Formats: sequence, C-alpha cells, structure tokens
Amino acid sequence: MNRHLISAADLSRSDALLILDTAEELASIADRPIKKLPTLRGRTVVNLFYEDSTRTRISFEAAAKRLSADVINFSAKGSSVAKGEGLKDTALTLEAMGADAVVIRHSASGAAHTLAGWVKGSVVNAGDGTHEHPTQALLDAFTIRRRLRPRGSGGEHGLDGIRVTIAGDVLHGRVARSNVLLLSTLGAQVTLVAPPTLLPLAVGSWPCSVSYDLDSELPKSDVVMMLRVQQERMNAAYFPSVREYSRRYGLDVARMAKLPEHAIVMHPGPMNRGVEIAAEVADSSRSTIVEQVANGVTVRMAVLYLLLGGADFPGVTQ
Amino acid sequence: MCAATSPAARQGLAVLDAQEIRRALTRIAHEILERTHGGEQVVLLGIQTRGVPLARRLAARIGEFEGLDIPCGSLDVTLHRDDLRLRPARALGKTELPAEGVDGKTVVLIDDVLYSGRTVRAALDALTDLGRPRSVQLAVLVDRGHRELPIRADYVGKNLPTSQREVVRVLLAETDDSDVVLIGETA
Repeated sequence: MNRHLISAADLSRSDALLILDTAEELASIADRPIKKLPTLRGRTVVNLFYEDSTRTRISFEAAAKRLSADVINFSAKGSSVAKGEGLKDTALTLEAMGADAVVIRHSASGAAHTLAGWVKGSVVNAGDGTHEHPTQALLDAFTIRRRLRPRGSGGEHGLDGIRVTIAGDVLHGRVARSNVLLLSTLGAQVTLVAPPTLLPLAVGSWPCSVSYDLDSELPKSDVVMMLRVQQERMNAAYFPSVREYSRRYGLDVARMAKLPEHAIVMHPGPMNRGVEIAAEVADSSRSTIVEQVANGVTVRMAVLYLLLGGADFPGVTQ
Repeated sequence: MCAATSPAARQGLAVLDAQEIRRALTRIAHEILERTHGGEQVVLLGIQTRGVPLARRLAARIGEFEGLDIPCGSLDVTLHRDDLRLRPARALGKTELPAEGVDGKTVVLIDDVLYSGRTVRAALDALTDLGRPRSVQLAVLVDRGHRELPIRADYVGKNLPTSQREVVRVLLAETDDSDVVLIGETA
C-alpha cells in the first residue's frame, strides 16, 4: 500500500483485495453492541472539505471515530478560506496541529495530489473535481462482491467476469473514473453508457467499453450503476432537456425488468429521483443504495486502518 | 550452512512431535472437562492464527470423550494489540463467535505459544467488546516463560524453558502440513 490514497489507479489488485478483505472483517463490528475499536487511539484525522458533502464526510467521520481516532472537521464555509487563505496555508496549519491523516474533498482536480506533497501525514482523496473518488469505488466494489460473490465461493476473491454497466454523467463524475479503474483491476468488465456529450474525450484510453444505448446493455449486466446528472457542474447544454435525458438514459421500472434476475442496481447518491433513476427502482429490493452507505463506513475504516494502523511509513522522517 | 541440512533442522530442534502434541491436547481436553464440571456452558475461542485449529481439535476431542457438542469460534486480536505501531499494518483474521455468543459462558481462550502475555491481554480486551462471559480461562500448547504482564495459563500442554534469544514455532497440519513444535536460535 502507498502512504496516500489519491487515485484508484495507484491500487494494485492485491492492495485492493487487502482493503476489501479488511473491510469484510470490520463489517461485523457494525452488528456488535460496542461499535468501537481502540486501534487508532491518539491519531488525528482531519476532514478537509472544500465542497459540500453529507454522506462522504459523515462516513469518514464515523469510520475514524469507530477506530477511536480524534476527528477534526473543517469546511471551507465559515473558515479562514472565506478570508482568502490558500490550500497550502490551510494544509500547513493542519499539519502544525498534528494531523496524521487528511481527508480532502476539493473542487479542483489534482488537489489531493498537490496536498500530498505538502504534508507529512497520509492524504486520502475524498473527491477532487472531476478526477477521482477512490473510496467510493472501493465501497462499490465491496458492495458488488458481497452481493454477487459472497464469501466461501472459493479462491482469491476478485470480481472476475462480473459485467458492470455505468450509466450517466461520466464527464463530470469522478465516481465513474475511479470505478472503471478499480473494477477493471479487480477483473470486472465495465461498460460506460452515456450521451456522447457526457463522455470525456480520453474515454478511449480507459480500460472499459463504451455504448450509447442503455436498453441493449441491460440484459447483459450483472450490475447497473446509475450516476447523477451533475447540474451544478454543467455550464453548457449537454442534452436538450432533462425529460429527454431521462427517457433515453434513466432507469425506470420497464428498463429494470430487462435486467437478469440476479442483477443489482447501484447509485452513489445523492439521487435525482425521476431523472436518472425512478423512485420505484431506487426503493426496490434490487437497489443497494442504502447498503452502499453502510458499506462506505466499513470500507473507510479499512482504508484508515491500513494507512494509519501500523508503523509510520519507512522513509517518512518525523 | 551446508546444502544437505533439511529445512526443519534449519528452523530448529523439535521439542514436541505429532504424538506428543496429540497427547498434550488429549490431557488438556480432560482437564477442561474436569474444571468446568463436564464442559457446562463452555465456549472455546481460538486466537488467530494457530489457536483456531487447536480450539477445533480440543472441541473434537471433548466431543469424542463425552459426546458433547462444544461451541467453538475464533478471535482475531490485531485491532487490540499494543504493538501495532511497531510494524506495518497487518491483514486481519476472522473473528467468528458461535451463534449462542459469549454472554454468561465460560470462555476458554486457546493459543499456541504463551510468551509475553501481550496477545492474551489484547484477547481479553477484544472479548470485552464482544460480550460479558461469566469467566475466562486460558489454554496454551506451549508456555515458554518471560511474561511481561500478570497473566498465567489455566491449561498448559508443555512448559518449555527458553532464552529470549530463542524462537519457538508451532506448526500444525491445518496451516503448515505437519504437527511439530520447534525451538531455534534467532537468525
């Protein structure tokens, strides 16, 4: 494992499996009367959030607290950032306060990578612009594995042969990129489905296939992951109207019926009900949306434990 | 070292062979039955990794003697260790409790080697988070001395006087293909 978790591309197959297997062990903690472990006692985790987020921030906070780490929450609103303080100065301030890990969400792609050059502790990318969101990909992989490859199916436990269709706003979605990279590392076959205007130019170099027709992909999918239409990042017209998008690329009840019997429906949240996913689909038994949130805490516990639970990384001078 | 040396000889001298391990476990099984009034309310918990197969063997042995089905589980203590910061983060083992849990039971913790006592300390903490046993006992295959904490075993397979420079390794068929306890010098 690296000292930081910046990109899903940094994870080898064995790193990714180590995180998922660790999460599998940690999952049982959630069912216990005492949901707390002493493992990270005396370590400090800073949540540095320059962008709004509910589930990711709370999820990281819960994960760190269950491992007994001290958590400092920082959000740009109401801080010195409003007075014009830059990322570097904020980072150095946090460093001086003794942060062992910084969890960062930022609207600029590459912010986590830049931060990693400035601080001694571990940096965990919790979403940087339209670049990556590796812990989301890890929790999605964990959810897929628990549903479709439960333990005891034998051997080393990847996602080999599972067909995953990711549909929606790939251009603005960091979740898509991280998922494509991680799921293909784990052996899954990923297909992206989106209108051509919502696919990045470089998609041809990603380890996945691309389609523009959701209906033809659904019968071949074990997993369908719907991505949110990120209206806050759209400053141009990417499709004629929300209604037309929804009709061609939204997952409604009729489309869900085309999925194989065992297939699951995922969404990283927050959802636009009625746009990319119909309310009936989101609330159906195939949907893993609530499960994904619970798994998020578990997977983030595994990441924090593996980054902070052992000796300080060699080569890091204190 | 010459090429003819067998791997076992390089790892050290055998102090318990498969027969002796079997006899030690048989005796411990009888002792557990004696001290717990016939295995009443007993749960065996093996400490990862080699305590787990030992716990299963003891449960099977007790089953043979008394026809009892003693619940048996595993306990991973990694997250409760006090030496986590001395080594890189370790992969976790399985913690599996029997369906009836540990509340109100007599839990017998089982490990291969008792040395500093720090693993057992971590196990006691881990157990506290899982429930409230009526009492906790400790069974080990080998007690090699050099305790750093006030902890002792209730059932001991073999007391093995050692120097702290020596390494004691327990190999079991389930994890290492053969049953033997080795003692050797540190490399």
